Amino acid sequence: MRVTIRTIFLAILLFSLSALARAGEGPVVDTGITSWMLTSTALVLLMVPGLAMFYGGLVRTKNVLGTMMHSFAAMGIMAVLWVVLGYAMSFGGNVLGGWFGWNKDYFFLKGIDETIMEKGIPEYVFSMFQGKFAIITPALIAGAFAERVTFKGYVVFIALWGILVYNPLCHWVWSEGGFLYQMGTIDFAGGTVVHISAGISGLIAALYLGSRRGHPKTSMPPSNLVMTLTGAGLLWVGWFGFNAGSSVNSGLDTAQALTATQAAAASGAIVWMIIEGLHYGKATALGFASGILAGLVAVTPAAGVVQPAGALALGAIAATLCYLTISMKNKIGYDDSLDAFGVHGIGGIVGAIFLVFFMRGDHSASDVISQLGVQSLAVGIAIAYAAAGTLVLVFLIDKTIGLRSGEKPEMQGMDASYHGEHGYGMLNLG
Amino acid sequence: MKIITAIIRESKLDEVREALIENEITRITVVRVSGHGQQIDEDIYRGKKVVPNLIPKVKIEIAVNDAFVDITVDTIMKAARTNSTGEVGDGKIFITNLEECIRIRTNERGGKAI
Repeated sequence: MRVTIRTIFLAILLFSLSALARAGEGPVVDTGITSWMLTSTALVLLMVPGLAMFYGGLVRTKNVLGTMMHSFAAMGIMAVLWVVLGYAMSFGGNVLGGWFGWNKDYFFLKGIDETIMEKGIPEYVFSMFQGKFAIITPALIAGAFAERVTFKGYVVFIALWGILVYNPLCHWVWSEGGFLYQMGTIDFAGGTVVHISAGISGLIAALYLGSRRGHPKTSMPPSNLVMTLTGAGLLWVGWFGFNAGSSVNSGLDTAQALTATQAAAASGAIVWMIIEGLHYGKATALGFASGILAGLVAVTPAAGVVQPAGALALGAIAATLCYLTISMKNKIGYDDSLDAFGVHGIGGIVGAIFLVFFMRGDHSASDVISQLGVQSLAVGIAIAYAAAGTLVLVFLIDKTIGLRSGEKPEMQGMDASYHGEHGYGMLNLG
Repeated sequence: MKIITAIIRESKLDEVREALIENEITRITVVRVSGHGQQIDEDIYRGKKVVPNLIPKVKIEIAVNDAFVDITVDTIMKAARTNSTGEVGDGKIFITNLEECIRIRTNERGGKAI
């Protein structure tokens, strides 16, 4: 047969029609968005070992494994819970008056094996991406009560906290049926859901469980700032998945979120460096890393809605206020050991509130004020709910299976007491 | 003049130092060491219980004039014991003679230099 233009045209037409027919009902996979979202999912998971290293380097040698296990255990427990019922509770339709969600198809993720969402990504990808946030949030809390909790108590605590605090909060802010979502709360990647909830919960738990034995008189300096800085680097890179991935897209808003993330992190770092340099005459490595985190936390709720100048501002404000909070903590004397509240709580609040002044586009003063009201309400609700939930859980768990370490295990160290290991082995012998 | 060498548990270092400072013994050298006596320390490695031969400890060395030997030893003993009855692994104290002590900055010698 002679191949004419008409033949070619008909062949193409026939092929396209049959492709459509084969795809069946529903959206087609957008490979561009899906590949970025797959990458983001992996990047956010990488943040958890990064957090393990960041925190692990800040504690004493006898507690390094115990502290890192707080992050690693979350990777196991929260991920299993997410598959079984976390995704359903967070992104299912409202039940119990909207306290959380439910969708029987999401139970064990059994109903979404072939689902492609409207945006063109398989629902598995969205679910797994979101699941990473559920993992890292309790791992952040652990920083507040570092070096003084039992492993068994911790494991039970994060499981219950995930189910009773994180899932509802995630549902309210990010699910279309959630009441904070419907109120118009802007929380691009988890300022309230992740950082404020973790920061406040950490503070409440730290206050309830009491300070570390010997605090504040005994000197407890970081044992491995090299590991802490490495962890900070991993967190910064992973955060691009955290924020830019929260655009659930691979397009302009993704690029805007990535740029805002970079700007805020850098701004937070150098502002902290400057403040510390002026205050003490020396800019510490830990201070620089803390500034990075303060900036990243603050831009998390705002990454998709602010322009670079606004992101620089958020980073600077967060670094300043977080620095002040930590100085205040030292004066007041409570033991938020690794500044879960000082950096994540305050940084999240700064970002969630101040973003209204830097929103992209033309906004009248009354727009800004009205959004400020919405943000403040969401922040207030997140604080109240996380605080109440954590207080109840910490009280119950400590009274039943025990959450606070006893004096002897605390003195001996978590590595030996709870894991039967030595994190740094026999350093003397090389 | 004597050198008091004490090998104590790692976790007791801060307590011992604080107690010594309270009793005005403020000059001290601290080293990390490994060793074993009667104490046995078990680790779990890949599902097996492993008994390391050497256990991490802390060694402190204090140079004292003879008059201060007793107070130093008593302070260390009280602070380094796990509880009032003590447990295997609490450590040991050695007292050796110190022949000469010299302050590098001023060239003072003897008891004054301690």
